[in-house]
Amino acid sequence: MSITLQGISKRFGDVVAVKDVNLSILEGELVALLGPSGGGKTTVLRMIAGLEMPTTGDIHIRGQRVNDLPVQKRNIGFVFQNYALFKTMSVHDNIAFGLKIKKWSRADRDARVAELIQLFDLSGLERRYPHQLSGGQRQRVAIARALAPKPNVLLLDEPFGAVDAKIRQELREWLVRLHHDLNVTTVFVTHDQEEAMEVSNRIVIFSRGRLEQIGTPREVYEQPANEFVARFIGVMNVLEATVRDGQARAGEIGFPIHGAPDGTQVRIGFRPYAVAVSTDLGQYAHRATLRHTYFLGILLRLEFELPSGLIIRGRMTKEEYSTLGLEDGREVSLQIRNYRVLARDDAPLGGELATPQRTPPHIAENI
Amino acid sequence: MRHQRFNALPGFGLTMGYTLFYLSVIVLIPLGGLFLRVFDLTWAQFWNLATADRALAAYKLTFGASFIAALLNSVFGTITAWVLVRYRFLGKRFLDALVDFPFALPTAVAGVTLSDLFADNGWIGQWLAPLGIKAAYSPLGVIIALTFVGLPFVVRTLQPVLEDFERETEEAAATLGAGRWRTALTVIAPSLLPALLTGFALAFARAVGEYGSVIFIAGNLQYKTEIAPLLIVIHLEEHEEGKAMAIAVVMLIISFALLVSINLLERWASRFQK
Repeated sequence: MSITLQGISKRFGDVVAVKDVNLSILEGELVALLGPSGGGKTTVLRMIAGLEMPTTGDIHIRGQRVNDLPVQKRNIGFVFQNYALFKTMSVHDNIAFGLKIKKWSRADRDARVAELIQLFDLSGLERRYPHQLSGGQRQRVAIARALAPKPNVLLLDEPFGAVDAKIRQELREWLVRLHHDLNVTTVFVTHDQEEAMEVSNRIVIFSRGRLEQIGTPREVYEQPANEFVARFIGVMNVLEATVRDGQARAGEIGFPIHGAPDGTQVRIGFRPYAVAVSTDLGQYAHRATLRHTYFLGILLRLEFELPSGLIIRGRMTKEEYSTLGLEDGREVSLQIRNYRVLARDDAPLGGELATPQRTPPHIAENI
Repeated sequence: MRHQRFNALPGFGLTMGYTLFYLSVIVLIPLGGLFLRVFDLTWAQFWNLATADRALAAYKLTFGASFIAALLNSVFGTITAWVLVRYRFLGKRFLDALVDFPFALPTAVAGVTLSDLFADNGWIGQWLAPLGIKAAYSPLGVIIALTFVGLPFVVRTLQPVLEDFERETEEAAATLGAGRWRTALTVIAPSLLPALLTGFALAFARAVGEYGSVIFIAGNLQYKTEIAPLLIVIHLEEHEEGKAMAIAVVMLIISFALLVSINLLERWASRFQK
């Protein structure tokens, strides 16, 4: 076990930033702390580093209780959101800084810096000052500097926040490779669920200071622990519905529901990919109009409007779209294949339910 | 055709012309006139006047006291700027306004007040006198007055730099194992150095030219507490214009040389920004 948090809370005056967080991170894991801003994830990261002290609870790093260990002695590498490079020092001196403090010999220092320069593709930039580097280069210097003294854990605060989209993608892939090569326990903070899904082994989801769920990207996507996670990870349609005759009704759509008396207000959630669409107006239960098509690359996001004004978001590939011959304004029929009954934010979620499929009408029946 | 770069605010010619004109009228022509008048003297005459014992003592006092005053202001101005930028406390705005006070106060008023305070029977002087420290009417008094007038410069040049200084940089040093002193000396100090040198140069230049406040507290004894600007005035009043001019020119040359060297030092210190 590399990092363990037990009953960690943090108050800033009257504000409770982190509430009773329990968390274990394995040696060599790559973990994302994910959540909306103000969710407490950066505070948790800073407490692991020793830049903040927990109000209550214990933090262990590699079995050692570090609550009273100052940041200087924790042997962690920390990468700040704005990189916080030493602007009066060259790239070489930035990377060598931690080694100098640990009193490495000059020869060892130079060898280690050369190794990192090589690894981080910074050759030729050793004598440059931070302001002479691009955003991506600065970030690599920041990570190299943090890794130079061989820390027990690497902590990164919003590591990809400050670079543009294309470089961000490269850096993500690069971080995964780096983690694979060095195998140092890595924890990073992000508010971007896509980034967390793509990069990490496990995701820890925070909201309003509480830990909502821990799991692999697949687990948190497919088995969200509660409505917050379900809505935060990936896109989700959420409809306000009222129960009538065993069905939760939202506009013209009814979702079978069990054990809820008539008149109960519930929320129904479903992923865009659960929306089946056909240009055969008789194939599915509900008529709708395609209002907008958003091009996201290979996937398209579609916005349908039902006669009652209900808006439903769907998703399909470009191929499906052109096979169906869809275009904005086109009338379609649609059906929601799977859905969940969403409970209150913190209550556990039930499993996914399937809508009974309506069999396409047989021609003979119409005679 | 010459390739012209787009400029949001056109008018290089106009502004440059104005700058040259302005600097000429305000700075270059008066200084040039000074040099021209000195050429009335022969080289030997000039040398004799410029290196008279009384003049040498005055240079030493003026530049020595100015240097010490600027140094004191660098140390305490840095601390003041640090406190004003880094901490929140009651009366911070008031303290911040107080820093500019030496700018606004007529220097003669400052001089009278200071000499009153530091005289042997003054509020502060009465405590210093038994210790054998003579504050007013001594070179120490000159240093006190020059420190007073130079105070705002270091504070005001450092403040914006300190405000821009990212706190994360200090935290980054801490995560790499650096203690407070190490961080202060190797991370914070080098990034403040260019602004500190600028502040030092300004405080120094101001002190070298200071007249009003010093003459009240210095006592103005020949060879002992007589500053060069005062000596120039004395010579002028005695209609010894040659003497006055010679001293003025020497002061100009020394000041210019010192300011240029400080500038070069500052360029070296800010090499990381180039």
